Amino acid sequence: MGAAAEPRFHVLAVDDSLVDRKLIERLLKISSYQVTTVDSGSKALEFLGSLVNDDRSSSDALPSVSPSDHQGVDVNLIITDYCMPGMTGYDLLKKVKESSSLRDIPVVIMSSENVPSRITRCLEEGAEEFILKPVRLSDVNKLRPHMMRTKKLKDQEQESQEEPERHGDEIGLPPPPCQHELETQQSQDPQTQQIQQSQQPKSGNNSNKRKAIDVEEGLSPDRTRTRYNGVATF
Amino acid sequence: MERNNQLQRQVALMRQSLFDQGYLDEQFVQLEELQDDTNPNFVEEVVTLYYRDSARLIASIEQALDKSPLDFNKLDSYMHQFKGSSSSIGGRKVKTECSQFREYCRTGNGEG
Repeated sequence: MGAAAEPRFHVLAVDDSLVDRKLIERLLKISSYQVTTVDSGSKALEFLGSLVNDDRSSSDALPSVSPSDHQGVDVNLIITDYCMPGMTGYDLLKKVKESSSLRDIPVVIMSSENVPSRITRCLEEGAEEFILKPVRLSDVNKLRPHMMRTKKLKDQEQESQEEPERHGDEIGLPPPPCQHELETQQSQDPQTQQIQQSQQPKSGNNSNKRKAIDVEEGLSPDRTRTRYNGVATF
Repeated sequence: MERNNQLQRQVALMRQSLFDQGYLDEQFVQLEELQDDTNPNFVEEVVTLYYRDSARLIASIEQALDKSPLDFNKLDSYMHQFKGSSSSIGGRKVKTECSQFREYCRTGNGEG
């Protein structure tokens, strides 16, 4: 691809599944984003680390550098799978949010499993959105506002980076391993209740499944049907 | 030309029947929609990747099934991966079977 005349958003996609990587790459490219894919959280951090000059571990020592000052590489959004061997998407999310140089980058989590406590935990940790797999174009379309907002914030200093998505305060569960998590499902707060509904094969609470908090109800009902095929057994 | 049309019609019918029989779901349509002139072989590429991936997974699963006692956690993990990729390409039936398999894993049902 030739260099675009206007600045393009650069998305870092992290997923250990080859098929999913291919899919998300295509979805992002067709939406005119520049895409880098990696297959693990550690590789993601490596890549992100190449955005900043110094070691990211001393995150407090670093002033909030805007990545565009370095290397010419810039990441506007990180989209990551939740269930990955080694470093999970949640671990990656935490690391990003703990880094003063990276924490402004919006992070979106994807998962094939609709687990309310998982969703809440990720959102609490600072994820912008939680997307249920299989990922579709309509999901990718929702990413743009996050990228635009962050870009604007970068220009104007951090202000009301208010996340109405933040909710749920008491869920302090440590991130359980992916496959056993289903046993620990429990409704904890009112929001989770809404999400719980989506577990039952019915109704149009699609928006709650996609993310615990909804900004707008833009999802079409037919998505619900596909979803339940996968979660029926849960 | 007539032959081409015939073949195309056959392909269309086959494709439709895959949906009708529940082998494929809307996600597959998503894949098709991502294909265009700039990426004319997208579906083929993804499905090829999927087959390769699945073959590897199935081999691992078979190996794991040969062991005794069965390591349900490992099996479940393989199934999770298999289910995930099947779901991503719209392989509905496979996905459902995977779910069933995982249920058996969860209950430690080796016979299942």
